[in-house]
Amino acid sequence: MASTTSESTVVTGLTKPATEPLLSIRNIAKHFGKNIVLRDISLDIAEGEFLTILGESGSGKTTLVRIIAGFETANSGQLWMSGERLDPLPPYRRRVNTVFQHYALFPHLTVEQNVAYGLRVAKLSDAEIVSRVEQALSMVKMKEYARSKPAKISGGQQQRVALARALINRPRLLLLDEPLSALDANLRRQMQVELKSLQREVGIAFLFVTHDQEEAMVMSDRIALLRSGELEQVATPREIYRRPATAYTAQFIGHTNLLPADIKDGVARYKSLSWPVQLPDGPALFSLRPENIRLAGISNDPIGDAVRFRGKLRHHAFHGASELLQIEHADGLVLWVRIRSSGGGWHGDLEFEFSPNDAAPVRESQTRD
Amino acid sequence: MFSRAYRAAVTVPPLLWVTVLLLIPYLLMFCYSFWSVSMAQTVVHSWTLDNYRELLRVNVYWQTLFRSMWIAARVMLFSLLLGYPLAYYLSFHAGKRKDLFYQLVIIPLWVSYLVRAYAWKTILGSEGVLNTLLQYVHVTTHPLGFLLYSPFAVVLTLTHIYTPFTILPIYASLEHIPRALVEASHDLGGSPSQTFWRVIFPLSIPGVLAGATFAFVLSLGDFLAPLLLGGPSGIMISNIVVSLFGAAYNWPLGAAISLCMLVLVVGLLFISERLEKKWSFT
Repeated sequence: MASTTSESTVVTGLTKPATEPLLSIRNIAKHFGKNIVLRDISLDIAEGEFLTILGESGSGKTTLVRIIAGFETANSGQLWMSGERLDPLPPYRRRVNTVFQHYALFPHLTVEQNVAYGLRVAKLSDAEIVSRVEQALSMVKMKEYARSKPAKISGGQQQRVALARALINRPRLLLLDEPLSALDANLRRQMQVELKSLQREVGIAFLFVTHDQEEAMVMSDRIALLRSGELEQVATPREIYRRPATAYTAQFIGHTNLLPADIKDGVARYKSLSWPVQLPDGPALFSLRPENIRLAGISNDPIGDAVRFRGKLRHHAFHGASELLQIEHADGLVLWVRIRSSGGGWHGDLEFEFSPNDAAPVRESQTRD
Repeated sequence: MFSRAYRAAVTVPPLLWVTVLLLIPYLLMFCYSFWSVSMAQTVVHSWTLDNYRELLRVNVYWQTLFRSMWIAARVMLFSLLLGYPLAYYLSFHAGKRKDLFYQLVIIPLWVSYLVRAYAWKTILGSEGVLNTLLQYVHVTTHPLGFLLYSPFAVVLTLTHIYTPFTILPIYASLEHIPRALVEASHDLGGSPSQTFWRVIFPLSIPGVLAGATFAFVLSLGDFLAPLLLGGPSGIMISNIVVSLFGAAYNWPLGAAISLCMLVLVVGLLFISERLEKKWSFT
């Protein structure tokens, strides 16, 4: 594989930075025996960017970061960092550091010895090591645990130590392999905020791996959605949510209604629904988010050319701030609708409306093994 | 809750076993070591410290004990030097051949100790394989005498016999090291040798201690290898104990020496266990 172009058909989203990308992943492919894990991945990461690789388990996301860290070798393709080949270097020569899923703290070393590890093996002076370790530990608020062994501190604290240990080496790129998956929900939300603000503070590019779409949305500058070893879409969280490129993206990121419509003369039709589009004739798939549908006639902010439909409540789930309703129309049309919580008590025929602009055309996702 | 009958059924047999086969013999040995032998070679059942005085007075006893410890120390060292790299290779680099190599390490343990000791006799003897070969390729003109019936032969044979006992615990401790720790070290800039000395070796210390203890303690009490291959200069303490209980018919003195060795070995096991605990993290 000697391809030097880094353009990929699936890369959309941010306009490419004018400067050279920090890391350029070019046509990376990897298989373990007959099991193909990654096929032709191309992706650029900019300086200071928070990029999330999002995917289900088995999508190949961990393999991709392990290739970048140097623990696995790709079968084809190249990695470039700031204009230099990265992939021939062993892991210990790459200016990339990793926060491991289960932290991988050295159990025989104290917190401060763990954090100092990278500087020790680089044979820095004791004075510099001491001051940088202190700085790193106060950055993650772990100074008072400096002399503790990893087994004596909590999961969240271990997480912080792992972060300090990786960042103290001032890497160009920090890889985070599902670092929050072992934490409970509250701590996780708190760490998401902390991680994001820490990333802004240090200005180091983060490549974050997760299977949790909400986590990806909250933290990332861009999300790269990986599916069975291929990139499905790369875009900002807003764009990937509002304009999902494929049906898979629309369903994986958030909750959606998929409408397999037929277009004829600028009008899309699906069952009893019809709305104007500016697309050529033929079958087309649309994604309509549940929160873009609302009860008709209760808002004093009318939608111009609203599409209206009536239906009966079939199922209803209370989510706190919002409620999810499953509405069934007489012709068998079933749609999910998210509305703000109210007193409840819906019954009989209800009327709903949505704006045609919110029905986003998506590509059919290819079916793969 | 378990019934009384059940609890009795599971606890009494092992307790009985330990009492009849371990505690009572040790107690007897303890008593014997404070008794003495009359001129008519009958055991006199009156308490005395003479046996212990004899041990301190007669040079050959404690000299032999020190020689045994020195032989055991060398066996321990060579077993570790041979065993560690092998265990390391097995755990980190053998890949698919791991099981095969593991079996190859174990197989010698199925072969009788006596057979292996005799095998060394045919290799090291003056008409043996090694001497014949050395003369054939003109390295020497005469058979090398130090090869057999010497401490060298004993150390060599015991190292061969006890190396598997060091490999297995070291291998087990290496297998317990999470591979993510090795990756983390590389990730943080640690070269392979830095990773070995700063992460892998410290985490394998419990296995090294266990292996070292096996090799040392088992060699210290060995009597077959010195009997078959040691010659007069390779006599070890157990040979003396055997002859005291046998030909010399001085059970009390033999018991006193045995008791000293027992105290030594128990002390070593105790220290080794404390150290292993201190170094176990994984």
